[in-house]
Amino acid sequence: MDYFKEADVVVIGGGIVGTAILRELSKYQLRSILVEKEPDLAIGTTKANSAICHAGFDAPVGSMKAQTNVRGNELYHELAEDLQLDIKWCGSYVVATTDEEVKSLDVLLERGQKNGVPGLKIISGDELRKEEPNLTTAKAALWAPTAGVMWPFGCAIAFAQCAVQNGAEVIRDCTVTGFVKENGAVTAVTTSKGTIKTRFVINAAGVYADVIAKLAGDDSFTITPRKGEYILFDKTAGADLVYGIVFPCPTKTSKGILVCTTTHGNTFIGPNAQDQDSREDNEVTTPGMNEIIAGARKLVPNLPMGAAITEFAGLRAVSSTGDFVLGETKVPGFFNAAGTQSPGLSSAPAIAEQLVAALERTTKPFAYKEKFNGKLPVKKAFIRMNAAEKTAAIKKDSRFGRVICRCETVTEGEIVAAIHEPCGALTVDGVKRRTRAGMGRCQGGFCGPRVVQILSRELQIPVPQVLKERQHSELYYAKFPVKEGK
Amino acid sequence: MSELYDVVIVGGGPAGLSAAYSAYKNGAKKILVLERDRELGGILQQCIHNGFGLHHFKEELTGPGYAGRCIGLIKDKPEVETRVDTMVLEVHEDKTVLAVSPTKGIYTVQGKTVILTMGCRERTRGAIRTPGGRPAGIFTAGAAQRMVNMEGYLPGKKIVILGSGDIGLIMARRMSLEGCKVMADIEICPFSNGLTRNIVQCLNDYNIPLYLAHTITRIHGKDRVTGVTVAKVDNKMQPIPGTEFDIECDTLLLSVGLIPENELSRSLGIKLHRLTNGPIVDQHRETSLPGFYAAGNVVHVHDLVDFVSDEAEIAGKFAALDAQGKLPAVQHDVAVEAVNGVRTCVPQHLSLPEGGEGARLFMRVSAPARKVTLEIKQGDEVLLSRMLPVVKPSEMIAVEVPAAITAKMTGSSVTVGLKQKEA
Repeated sequence: MDYFKEADVVVIGGGIVGTAILRELSKYQLRSILVEKEPDLAIGTTKANSAICHAGFDAPVGSMKAQTNVRGNELYHELAEDLQLDIKWCGSYVVATTDEEVKSLDVLLERGQKNGVPGLKIISGDELRKEEPNLTTAKAALWAPTAGVMWPFGCAIAFAQCAVQNGAEVIRDCTVTGFVKENGAVTAVTTSKGTIKTRFVINAAGVYADVIAKLAGDDSFTITPRKGEYILFDKTAGADLVYGIVFPCPTKTSKGILVCTTTHGNTFIGPNAQDQDSREDNEVTTPGMNEIIAGARKLVPNLPMGAAITEFAGLRAVSSTGDFVLGETKVPGFFNAAGTQSPGLSSAPAIAEQLVAALERTTKPFAYKEKFNGKLPVKKAFIRMNAAEKTAAIKKDSRFGRVICRCETVTEGEIVAAIHEPCGALTVDGVKRRTRAGMGRCQGGFCGPRVVQILSRELQIPVPQVLKERQHSELYYAKFPVKEGK
Repeated sequence: MSELYDVVIVGGGPAGLSAAYSAYKNGAKKILVLERDRELGGILQQCIHNGFGLHHFKEELTGPGYAGRCIGLIKDKPEVETRVDTMVLEVHEDKTVLAVSPTKGIYTVQGKTVILTMGCRERTRGAIRTPGGRPAGIFTAGAAQRMVNMEGYLPGKKIVILGSGDIGLIMARRMSLEGCKVMADIEICPFSNGLTRNIVQCLNDYNIPLYLAHTITRIHGKDRVTGVTVAKVDNKMQPIPGTEFDIECDTLLLSVGLIPENELSRSLGIKLHRLTNGPIVDQHRETSLPGFYAAGNVVHVHDLVDFVSDEAEIAGKFAALDAQGKLPAVQHDVAVEAVNGVRTCVPQHLSLPEGGEGARLFMRVSAPARKVTLEIKQGDEVLLSRMLPVVKPSEMIAVEVPAAITAKMTGSSVTVGLKQKEA
């Protein structure tokens, strides 16, 4: 049989979980390959979620969610500097607005303590308002100092880049179509780009994880996509909203509609929780937007709705087992990292550790690489440089002196670098997620056409072939030919 | 040390260029215009249609033609320096301006006065919260216009336009001329928000249906737009269930309003007006921060570039006089309040010297009306009245108030409003 590639481990899915696993694998003497069906990493659940590194008091005691969340949070604290992860360690509040909710905070506190979450504390409404003055309806809150808000796609890309720098491979635009088995064990993965021979497969396929598992012969769980919608505000609205992360008291299906200010100073509200059949439908709806506006108003009564700049929705991968589905399956060689709804983002580095351990349990322990390089090259956004750094950057490459995205002050130099870095941007949204060009208040109205032209030039493809995000998302067409008149 | 200028102008569109010319005519010796784009002229450069300049240059010009005129007026003047490909990052209260460009790097300049002429940006889909997917093929009309007119690519082939602002109307015609099919223009208001001449010349002449009191309730498509669902709206602008219909298209262009670009003004602490979203200015176009002037779409969104130039010439003149210490001494301040059907008025106040001073007021009404009388009143006393056959929110009203009238404004405020003509 002709193989397109040969590997020890194939990771399916380039979201936060798949990339974290690939990075963990890259510490070992293994040939690891990640396949992603889309033209870019981190464009499923990882691109549209609450971006929170949870402290870990939500999940039931003893669950995989609880274990990996608390450990994952700890790992992000350790990894942030080496991988230059953009995380604002602001802590989080769960806010009670009724007497009944005040009582429920005790339950969360106790559960959190059993889960091993450090520093949890219940504070009064007045204490809370010293930090978050707009929370006028709060009676008390649970304070979790270890929580943070992060830049999720940046983290996934950093994980992938670290893995690639240590010899792993990322193949995009590569859809898994089936598995080759010998004596019941998986020996190869068939994909749209060819067959990859492998000893192990790790399924981190997000909302498609059950479909992939079934292809391999594992029908132990199903995934229900649960949509969550969000509204994002302009930075100028921040002062009317919150500084950090503010949850309401949780419900059975979700942590509720929260209000949170991102690492770049934009506040968002959301998500709601709507189970659905479609694994693709991430449309925003009028009832959904009304629901999150009403929900957020319970926490911040005066929402500056005129300052909304965009709305989006993401799909959580909710497993039928009620917990993450991690590790071995009845199919030898096939492992799951599935059902990774919240706190999947927070848990990802810990899930990666779990999966490597699970692989090792079926064989002998893997040998470490002698020279694993866990540090990524220093990369700083122009807007976050001081004057001397800006001057030096422009001196080195004058394109750092040309601002392309005026809302977020993103320069041509940064955009070109984002295209050519490992696992670089191939699409307009890919540029956006790596540099923030187009994420500001004009939503790419001014910089969109220029980013398209830069992509066209740097990737050496005609403008009409530049994609917004996925295949078939071309943005512009060539003009109609002019008819010759007589 | 940063280089010192009489007047530093932030933005090299029609407002900035007209302000520079006027500052030159009024004695400023050292004027600097900073422009972020690759060339001067601003958004005019992508407006290749005609209809510009009838008021200001008494001649019909295209957008680039108008820009060319403005550039020509300052081109050979050693007093005026222009820098393109230059982004202003910060402006400070001491009138230092931090700028960056590929050739000059990061540097500061300082003005004795500063004129803010940053223009405006388009309102986005996010701001109006249109439900549906987020596929490729949704553009603001201006972004699409830049792509088709300056870069030579089509944003799509089968087009629906949401909103009937002038840029949307112009693009309906432009796309039709390019061979595209414009399926419809959808407007949530019961009236159009564009100039009448544009409704006639850009929609009617091309048989493009205009659906008034309708809106888009869903955008279809996962990767590229495949269509939109349209519904009629009630008088609260809420979609009426049961009135929905689908239109197949591959592109949605948004022409749903313009927002003055006041991030720099805001960071300076300049007071902005709740309705214009621009700085509150006096008749000289001086903002709440002494020595900072503003003109054009950054103050309030205009419909004619001619009025932008007129306003910028005022700002340029007084910024130049201010830089030379020649501003007339202000005797008292009069607030100009928009009332009775007049939604906004710029300037919002008058800084009057002894004996008054001529001033030009720009107003917009709240709703269309016919045969109305515009009145400027001090208490119950009518100081000036003007008969207007037709008024529309989309068409700015300009009124000259002579010095003899402002001299009579002895109180702390006057009102401008409509008096409905009695039947």
